[in-house]
Amino acid sequence: SSWWSHVEMGPPDPILGVTEAYKRDTNSKKMNLGVGAYRDDNGKPYVLNCVRKAEAMIAAKKMDKEYLPIGGLADFTRASAELALGENSEAFKSGRYVTVQGISGTGSLRIGANFLQRFFKASRDVYLPKPSWGNHTPIFRDAGMQLQAYRYYDPKTCSLDFSGAMDDISKIPEKSIILLHACAHNPTGVDPRQEQWKELAATVKKRNLLVYFDMAYQGFASGDINRDAWAVRYFIEQGINIVLSQSFAKNMGLYGERAGAFTVICSDADEAKRVESQLKILIRPMYSNPPVNGARIASMILNTPDLRKEWLTEVKGMADRIISMRTQLVSNLKKEGSSHNWQHITDQIGMFCFTGLKPEQVERLIKEFSVYMTKDGRISVAGVTSGNVGYLAHAIHQVTK
Amino acid sequence: AYRTDEGQPWVLPVVKKVEQMIANDNSLNHEYLPILGLPEFRANASRIALGDDSPAIKEKRVGSVQCLGGTGALRIGADFLRRWYNGNNNTATPVYVSTPSWENHNSVFMDAGFKDIRTYHYWDAAKRGLDLQGLLSDMENAPEFSIFILHACAHNPTGTDPTPEQWKQIAAVMKRRSLFPFFDSAYQGFASGSLDKDAWAVRYFVSEGFELFCAQSFSKNFGLYNERVGNLTVVGKDADNVQRVLSQMEKIVRTTWSNPPSQGARIVATTLASPQLFDEWKGNVKTMADRVLLMRSELRSRLEALGTPGTWNHITEQIGMFSFTGLNPKQVEYMVKEKHIYLMASGRINMCGLTTKNLDYVAKSIHEAVTKIQ
Repeated sequence: SSWWSHVEMGPPDPILGVTEAYKRDTNSKKMNLGVGAYRDDNGKPYVLNCVRKAEAMIAAKKMDKEYLPIGGLADFTRASAELALGENSEAFKSGRYVTVQGISGTGSLRIGANFLQRFFKASRDVYLPKPSWGNHTPIFRDAGMQLQAYRYYDPKTCSLDFSGAMDDISKIPEKSIILLHACAHNPTGVDPRQEQWKELAATVKKRNLLVYFDMAYQGFASGDINRDAWAVRYFIEQGINIVLSQSFAKNMGLYGERAGAFTVICSDADEAKRVESQLKILIRPMYSNPPVNGARIASMILNTPDLRKEWLTEVKGMADRIISMRTQLVSNLKKEGSSHNWQHITDQIGMFCFTGLKPEQVERLIKEFSVYMTKDGRISVAGVTSGNVGYLAHAIHQVTK
Repeated sequence: AYRTDEGQPWVLPVVKKVEQMIANDNSLNHEYLPILGLPEFRANASRIALGDDSPAIKEKRVGSVQCLGGTGALRIGADFLRRWYNGNNNTATPVYVSTPSWENHNSVFMDAGFKDIRTYHYWDAAKRGLDLQGLLSDMENAPEFSIFILHACAHNPTGTDPTPEQWKQIAAVMKRRSLFPFFDSAYQGFASGSLDKDAWAVRYFVSEGFELFCAQSFSKNFGLYNERVGNLTVVGKDADNVQRVLSQMEKIVRTTWSNPPSQGARIVATTLASPQLFDEWKGNVKTMADRVLLMRSELRSRLEALGTPGTWNHITEQIGMFSFTGLNPKQVEYMVKEKHIYLMASGRINMCGLTTKNLDYVAKSIHEAVTKIQ
């Protein structure tokens, strides 16, 4: 007999499971609109030119493979913080922050979640927007936190339920933790406008909530890194000492290299040093120290003026292609004769679009048209090309007319 | 970390070659790996641990999870055990760590949620060797189903491994007491120079029918320290059990790092999958192991030639990167302060720090420390 007889078969990951099903499909017209990985207009993965250049520069340096410090590559963590906070940020210049390298967005979120579980004694409750990225809930739960929710997405309008959100957030018990998507909300693509962010900041300040920003798409949402980081920077300027998780998976196309960072804005540099020491104590028993490759590439790009310029252009290029696909999808739906209001497709921002499609309609799209997306009707616009946008519009029209 | 005879870090020649191949391959990109890792890496890594002719592999009852270094593999294994071993979420299951051990073992299992972490006898300071009787006695007295962390080879920090005969005794007790073997294999190939020899204990346990975990690190034997290349090998009773275990490990991985880093795994997979590169790698590993073995024998012969009080055969009988010299804290302090030779208060030295240039100085310094300070 086995130790494992009672171990249940775990269900397939809902998001990554979509890609697996797609791979098995033999239909030549199949479309993978599941996982959020950018594709070029030929539907191919895109390795950024600045990444290739950075890799060549790194190879030429012939560096050794000695362990990184537990907190990661210093040039990378510093540049990540500066990218998020802005070079003129008082918090950045004064050094009242700590940034540790994390295993892309997930790893950074998890470090933060573990840190809060250990050191944020005021509350176990983490408030997520409804809906949020599917992996947020299990990450915080596995870290030992409890999950709550605040209204966010309005399915009737396919846009932000701002009054619902404000209503819920104003009632969150003091000193709870609230998670906010910095830009390009996943899965809905619905972001607050700047005036709305200002009201949100005032409310969380009044409720004395700990703010946890998840920024996985800086630059990728609007095409402008400063614009996409506006909410993060505004909150800090309002005196809200946030914690922040960053990912370079999408905006640098470094998915499998796992480049990310976790930042804590502190009262002062001394507090930052103490927080850093505790973060290291958390990281060491997880994986000792982080992987170098992605961090070196990101660092090279961020810290080399020419490469940084090139990167900003390329990230805008990716964002622009996505924006153009949104526009083309809507115009193609009109051409198909759809009478529905599809404005939310162009109002929403970032990689994902909450189409508003119901589970039965999604199922038909998968079964009859080999168009793959998650059950909640979320599509990755990055998987749409000028070559297949017509087919997608046709398929959506068929299941919604 | 390994150092050359010039005291420098060493990127293995085969690694440089494979990195160049990867860089030149324009078909490669940076897409996500599957949650459990690169399939070619996982299969090859487990094959290295268990052997090409492993019956467990043939019987399809081996699973693998690519992890971030040996630490990551230990952590995923520990997280899984805490959730699913000996009941559901049984945080009270005792976990036994050798005395001494790598200090991070304790933290890994503690942070995984285990509440009862105990020690088992291992190092006999008086005879400078394995305290087998103490070890076996601890196993006899351990509660049934306890988890034991075993160093597959090159015990860290003592460099003292059980002999095959001693491993057989250990396995017999563990089988009888239903104890769970969790191997930590950080030095396969690096210890003796032979992959098979260094994997003997793990393979023996498999042949004895144990279900076990083996956390593998490729940091040292591939010199890929900062790429974080590790593998958790799971050996179960049958394919069905292993499949269910892996599906649950996938859920644990998804909330820890989602999917593992690709660079290091690509290097290892490419190397292990090519007969030519594999041979080249084995040669590189042997180069490292041989240098360490040479330093051991040179240090011992110098100490014996100097007539340094005490016996010094343990220097060559111990294996791997580390050696428990037997120097006491005061003698260590002398080494550090007076001779500027840095070693741990436990008397542990990193053999990789020895070079042909500093051997004489180190031997003389040890001689002084032992004769001047009691």
